[in-house]
Amino acid sequence: MKWLFLLVAALMLSGQRDPMLVPEISQHEVRVRQGFTGTELLLFGAVFDPSGRGGATDYDIVVVLKGPSEPIRLREKDRVGGIWMNTASEDFRSAPVFFAVASSRPVGEIVDEKTAAIYEFGTDFIQLSPSGVIDPEEQLRFTEGLVDLRRRQGLYKQDLNGVTISEKVLYQARIALPSNVVTGIYTAETFAVFDGRVVASAVSEVAVRKVGFERFIEQSAQNNGLIYGLVAVFLSITTGWLAGRLFAMM
Amino acid sequence: MDVYLPIANLAVNGLLIVALGGLTGILSGLFGVGGGFLTTPLLIFYGVPPTVAAASASTQVTGASVSGVIAQSSRGGVDYQMGGVLIVGGMIGAVLGALLFRFFQSIGQIDVVINILYVLMLGTIGAMMAREALQTLLRKQGDKPEVRRRRHHPMVSALPLRWRFYRSGLYISPLAPLILGVGVGILTMLMGVGGGFILVPAMLYILGMSANVVVGTSLFNILFVTIVTTITHSLTTKAVDMVLVALLLIGSVTGAQLGTKIAFQFKPELLRLALAAIVLVIAFIMLFRLGVRPDEVYSVQLL
Repeated sequence: MKWLFLLVAALMLSGQRDPMLVPEISQHEVRVRQGFTGTELLLFGAVFDPSGRGGATDYDIVVVLKGPSEPIRLREKDRVGGIWMNTASEDFRSAPVFFAVASSRPVGEIVDEKTAAIYEFGTDFIQLSPSGVIDPEEQLRFTEGLVDLRRRQGLYKQDLNGVTISEKVLYQARIALPSNVVTGIYTAETFAVFDGRVVASAVSEVAVRKVGFERFIEQSAQNNGLIYGLVAVFLSITTGWLAGRLFAMM
Repeated sequence: MDVYLPIANLAVNGLLIVALGGLTGILSGLFGVGGGFLTTPLLIFYGVPPTVAAASASTQVTGASVSGVIAQSSRGGVDYQMGGVLIVGGMIGAVLGALLFRFFQSIGQIDVVINILYVLMLGTIGAMMAREALQTLLRKQGDKPEVRRRRHHPMVSALPLRWRFYRSGLYISPLAPLILGVGVGILTMLMGVGGGFILVPAMLYILGMSANVVVGTSLFNILFVTIVTTITHSLTTKAVDMVLVALLLIGSVTGAQLGTKIAFQFKPELLRLALAAIVLVIAFIMLFRLGVRPDEVYSVQLL
């Protein structure tokens, strides 16, 4: 009984200390279908201070949208005897296919570097789990190379003023997904920061999936390789043959 | 017109892809090459992942060569016997090529191997063709009707077991086209191309085939080798993008017909000179790109 009382008390105490964060996303499912050229997600919500009032405290908001992670090998080209070829390589065990950060102020002004690294507040802090090369300098070079590559592909990005807060309560951020996004479950994490500390956080998910014909094509290619290949050949030959016939008649 | 490619995971401008297909189609009808050596690099340049580009381009080449083969065979331009021997060699070569591809990919050097192969093959063949075509053209301008005998390479006549290839006008060992087929098959798998730009000059200058069956027979071989390549890709890399193939096909089947029509209006020497020029330009660009710092120093490979 004594333990239970302590637990309830602790819950109440913590409930009183932590601000409340109510996040929402404009869509929980991104449908990739014919004509998909990318989309924009609106991450919005409200933040209240522990007493349940809004607009009393100046919270900063940081949102992190992350795609599924996959193991990759990053190769680096160098000049060997006048020819540019792959030389060194580095493995990353968990490179997210998409990563975007938006914050209400530049992250450096909100939290210190250590906190930023813990919560992945920025493309410099993505936890990629490098393995292979142990030399930290080389590891840094590879990490920067990967981030730079994916940044230019529109897959990794940060917007240091991307979150707008109105009346100290309502916040919103827009994050664009390019057409080359990989399907999977994306997580959107929202953090309320006060006085250099993360005081509240909430997670929600966005499913990026192919639908309709696009889904059918992908599934067939993955699961029925032989039939898919034969259909592709058949399609190819029929089109060629029909065109030949048409032109012969003309 | 935006079209989403489900396997490449990318939205592209559909009309641009159709136009690219059309360009390859014209080349294929005109010269009997599949045009893969142009499609694959251009698709990669556009942002399509390299494996998807190579796999889909080979499927498209199938379609482009069907209409080419039909157009050529109605004019008696296909030596099916020679084509059959080449195809058998091509299939052996495709298997060997797949093994080599996997090896070079595992050590991360497949890109540089492909590029060097392109430069060497295109450079040599381009130069050979240009020289021969120029010589023929100049001789004709000199107005001396000097009939030069078609000759095959001395090494070819050294091979045992001779067959008669009536349409090609040859009496040579089938081992020669078989070995040629194996070589082209290896290159098809490695370079993601139909191999016509190697096959056509090799048929002319190594086998010494009669020029009027070279284009048709080459297309006939390409047709079958690309079918095998498509099936292999569908089973292993799963990188054939049906939507991309369809777009390329619309352009290329139309282009192939146009190309064949144009081809019958020009002197074969002139056509060969034009092909030689295109081949040399591409070889030069690739050589240049090997030596300059690439746009992307880093590349990602999925594990």
